[in-house]
Amino acid sequence: MSTQNYLLEAHHISKSYTSAVIALKDVRFQLQGGEIHALLGENGAGKSTLIKVLTGVEERDTGLITLEGKEIYPKTPQEGQKIGISSVYQEVNLCPNLSVAENIYIGREPRKKGRIDWKTIYVNARILLEKFDLDIDVTKDLDQYSVAIQQMIAIARACDIRAKVLILDEPTSSLSTNEVNKLFEIMRRLKKDGMGIIFVTHFIDQVYEITDRITVLRNGEYVGTYETANLPKVELVGKMIGKDYAQLNRTMVSYEEEYNSGDTFLELKEVSGLGTIKNLDLSIRQGEVLGLSGLLGSGRSEIARIIFGIDSLEKGTIEIKGKKIFLKNTLAAIKNGIAFCPENRKTEGIVGDLSIRDNIILALQAKQGLFKSISKREASRIADEYIEKLEIKTPSKDQKIKNLSGGNQQKVILARWLATDPNLLMLDEPTRGIDIGTKAEILKIVIDLAKQGMGVIFISSEIDEMLRCCGRMVILRDMRKVMELKGREISQAAIMHHIAGGDKDE
Amino acid sequence: MNKSKITKNQAFLPFAIFVAILIFNTIISGGTFLEMKIVDGHLYGRIIDIIRNGSKLMLLATGMTMVIATGGTDISVGSVMAISGAVACSIVSGAILPGLGGNVVAAIILALLAGVLCGIWNGILVAQIKIQPIVATLILMVAGRGIAQLITKGKIVTVSSDTYYFINGGYILGIPFPVYVVLFIVIITLLFTKRTAFGLFLEATGCNSAASKFAGINVGLIKLLVYAVSGTLAAGAGLIESAGIKGADCNNAGLMIEMDAILAVAIGGTSLNGGKFSIPASIFGALIIQSITTMVYALGVAPEITQVVKAILVVIICLSQSKEFKDTVIKIFRREKVVAGA
Amino acid sequence: MKSRIKAKGEISFSNVSLLITIILFLSLFIGGSLRYDRFFSLSTFFNLFNDNAYLIIAAVGTTFVLLTGGIDISIASTIAFTCVLSASLLRGGVPAVVVIPIVLSIGLGLGLGMGSIIHYFKLQPFIVTLAGQFLMRGLCAVISTESIPISNEFYKAAALNKILIGRAKIYYYVFITFIVIGGAYYILKYTKFGRSVYALGGNEQSAVLMGLPVARTKIAVYGINSFCAALAGVIFSFYTLAGYSLQNIGLELDAISSAVIGGTLLTGGVGTVIGTTIGVLIQGIIQTIVTYENLNTWWTKVTIAALLCIFIIIQRIISIKAEKKKGK
Repeated sequence: MSTQNYLLEAHHISKSYTSAVIALKDVRFQLQGGEIHALLGENGAGKSTLIKVLTGVEERDTGLITLEGKEIYPKTPQEGQKIGISSVYQEVNLCPNLSVAENIYIGREPRKKGRIDWKTIYVNARILLEKFDLDIDVTKDLDQYSVAIQQMIAIARACDIRAKVLILDEPTSSLSTNEVNKLFEIMRRLKKDGMGIIFVTHFIDQVYEITDRITVLRNGEYVGTYETANLPKVELVGKMIGKDYAQLNRTMVSYEEEYNSGDTFLELKEVSGLGTIKNLDLSIRQGEVLGLSGLLGSGRSEIARIIFGIDSLEKGTIEIKGKKIFLKNTLAAIKNGIAFCPENRKTEGIVGDLSIRDNIILALQAKQGLFKSISKREASRIADEYIEKLEIKTPSKDQKIKNLSGGNQQKVILARWLATDPNLLMLDEPTRGIDIGTKAEILKIVIDLAKQGMGVIFISSEIDEMLRCCGRMVILRDMRKVMELKGREISQAAIMHHIAGGDKDE
Repeated sequence: MNKSKITKNQAFLPFAIFVAILIFNTIISGGTFLEMKIVDGHLYGRIIDIIRNGSKLMLLATGMTMVIATGGTDISVGSVMAISGAVACSIVSGAILPGLGGNVVAAIILALLAGVLCGIWNGILVAQIKIQPIVATLILMVAGRGIAQLITKGKIVTVSSDTYYFINGGYILGIPFPVYVVLFIVIITLLFTKRTAFGLFLEATGCNSAASKFAGINVGLIKLLVYAVSGTLAAGAGLIESAGIKGADCNNAGLMIEMDAILAVAIGGTSLNGGKFSIPASIFGALIIQSITTMVYALGVAPEITQVVKAILVVIICLSQSKEFKDTVIKIFRREKVVAGA
Repeated sequence: MKSRIKAKGEISFSNVSLLITIILFLSLFIGGSLRYDRFFSLSTFFNLFNDNAYLIIAAVGTTFVLLTGGIDISIASTIAFTCVLSASLLRGGVPAVVVIPIVLSIGLGLGLGMGSIIHYFKLQPFIVTLAGQFLMRGLCAVISTESIPISNEFYKAAALNKILIGRAKIYYYVFITFIVIGGAYYILKYTKFGRSVYALGGNEQSAVLMGLPVARTKIAVYGINSFCAALAGVIFSFYTLAGYSLQNIGLELDAISSAVIGGTLLTGGVGTVIGTTIGVLIQGIIQTIVTYENLNTWWTKVTIAALLCIFIIIQRIISIKAEKKKGK
């Protein structure tokens, strides 16, 4: 079955977490030595599960993996590393309390007379980071450095392990253009040395810049493997999101300027947050969808956090309907008609062990206060209403929310906020990790709400989505507002241009 | 309404175990266990003893349940008992605040107030300064007995006041006074958790405090409240204890009882990670612990064995709550049970 | 076109904290010397070790557990159990060379057992070691509720033999403590296992993904801690020449506060055995001062709790600052 010119091969890989959640179905993957291979797919396509299976974080249910023609069965990342599979993850997986040098060498420390040879570690670390053009004190603790530098260190560690296969899982999301270039330089060098590199990313441009071949997964299934050079971008996107693509376009009406007629609801005047946004002016009207666009850490989520009273104001004022207000906590924001679906659904959104009903009434109950308890009957009525309205798929409202799919969980959170009858709804990455169908539904709900007069702030890293629903967009970079686009000015090219740094670079 | 609804209640299992222990005790005692006598219009009997002696634990378990529901724990309750006993007995005996003339009511109020203060202290450390609950309450656990000693100036304070003795030994309508205290507290807390949104906020905080904060719940205030309640109830338990021994013994009052209180909550089926809770279940948990202690005496085994029994109990209960343990067991047996749809 | 990325780090938490601890110890010692006539002497200093030899060993063991972000509240009972079992075996005529290995391996076994339950069944360390505490205390009482005196010759020799330097004396058993401190220092700094302990406390998930032996490490720290507790128990039985089931109630808190005062972060990942040792010495010196002041001993408890509280709050403030900085 296996041909010897492949470095790493995986056949018929299946993996399910519970009988209901099947993460991988009969997936195949082939990596040559000396190639950079993109592994692509939407959230939930099974990329991370496949990587976990390859590296030994998870055990596969069925299937065969061979490395240089020999079958392998890594059960822990440790075993994976030993046989030559090394990986870097999206979130920095290093130890913040250890020194930079130690983070690079831990687990494989050079030793002298049986004891760890710290001198050699420091020297080697410095030499290694030199190759990455990183000039930092390697004896300092890792958490003294920025996330981007930490990510570079993680990559340095993975590259230095004498690996045959290097897996990079979204390593570039926190890196600047300059740093990405550096990374690509190193990847090309490693490729020349004959290493096989698997590169997972959601930046399509980067795929075309660096990779040789592409494997696409969708809904846990294998779609195909293609030569990068022979696959047009549009086709690639089509393969990633499947044939629903055309249909998706139809369900989402492009948003027109005519809805921009409401009164101003909220206005930020020269607002700066503690260590976050700087000198920001922003206004939001009733009945409009305002998009906040920018890279991670550009200030897009930080704005929402300030408006919702989570982070405190350093200077500037917030006005609601022309009246200056002070939001000391989230409850004050809720009472002022503001609602916020945060980015991290699991840690900041759902209350996993509580029922759907309790999750829906939670914010409303908080708004009403401790003593005005919502009766069980009333709570059930509200829950039923939103389960129907938002088409939440669940056997019962008494179901624990953690048992729902991501998309339905998001709808419950949405219901929680709609129940408080807000004037302003802020959505931070509301479609992350949600299947295509539900994604479209949520976008539709957003547009409908705006039509009914609600102000919506929409934050997403997927520009496509924003193009479909935002009437106005604010582009952010380095915690500052750099541009505001309206109606027909909004286009993918314009947004990308301003996110990337406007006229400065080119 | 139907059978499955009753058995699904969190309090059902601990209740059933409690009843089983009572039945077992009745059998090994040849029936004397159930005997109750009325002497001077007062009810006497083993079961009454269990309830009376368990009243301190039931009070603590009520507070502890709410603390644990928020995902915390309070290991200072034993020390708070010592402080409250020290305050009350010192006042009654006139050792401190002689101006009050040994007024029992004033003593009780000030002792409870001391408990509130201790609780607020814990609450501030946990909610405001955000120290892990175990460590935060550890501080008072270490310092508490010292503080109690400072109040009593290192002596064992004895009181001679029949009014004060009444807290533990008194009877109303033939039933011991502490039973009324427990009933009163349990009803109040049940009303407060069920009739207001407090219960929901507690569970939400315990399940996911970040999400609760985002939903507009004042998580800090909830936690502060819960520790304050726990401190107050511990002070109440301290009053019962000191009235029982007719004095304040700072070294031994409530020694190791925090462990029993946590165990009671665990037996009641409330997850020690926080979230869903049931106060009645914890009350039965406390009764189970108390009756095991009684049972060990009745069996004529060395009473020290109770600790070994409790240790084994803790492990079994926690293992039964562990998902990993269940998975392992399932792996071993491989035979999956067919679960009938309920 | 080559732009180099430069960044400067700052002074880390661990150094600052250790410095504070050392300054605290020195100022307490100097303060005591200024206030009391015979305080300033080698003898006072050595006595800190003579009296706290067992606590240092226990605290060093606890440091291992705290470094991984765990907690162990069973050690006081383990010490008591070791003393009671040793005393009872010795009374039964079992020679010391047999007794000591037996009690030490029981300690090790208990720790490994608790560690395995904590790791494999993902139970909270607090609750598992609570069970351990009940179990050992209960077993103590099962053996004997009375204090059992030790009259074994070896134990007596160990209790009484000392080196004299001028008027200051240092008991032989203190050298066991020194060996433990040295050994623990070496293990934590120069072995793969030691570094894994720190990594585990820094970020457990990262440690897994970096391919470190997490299971083995986590179980081993509890093993080491209980072993240290058993060893502390042996030394405590030299010290007191008796075994009693209610010995040392609350000692786990002393051990934990020593580690914290010595700069160990309760969230794991930061701390040193040297710091912990100084933490114990600080407690010892407070005890000495309390004795000199003719105060009652509970002042020691209150002072130590206050210190613990201050140190924990300092830790929190530093970590809140760090979090704020990261937000930038």
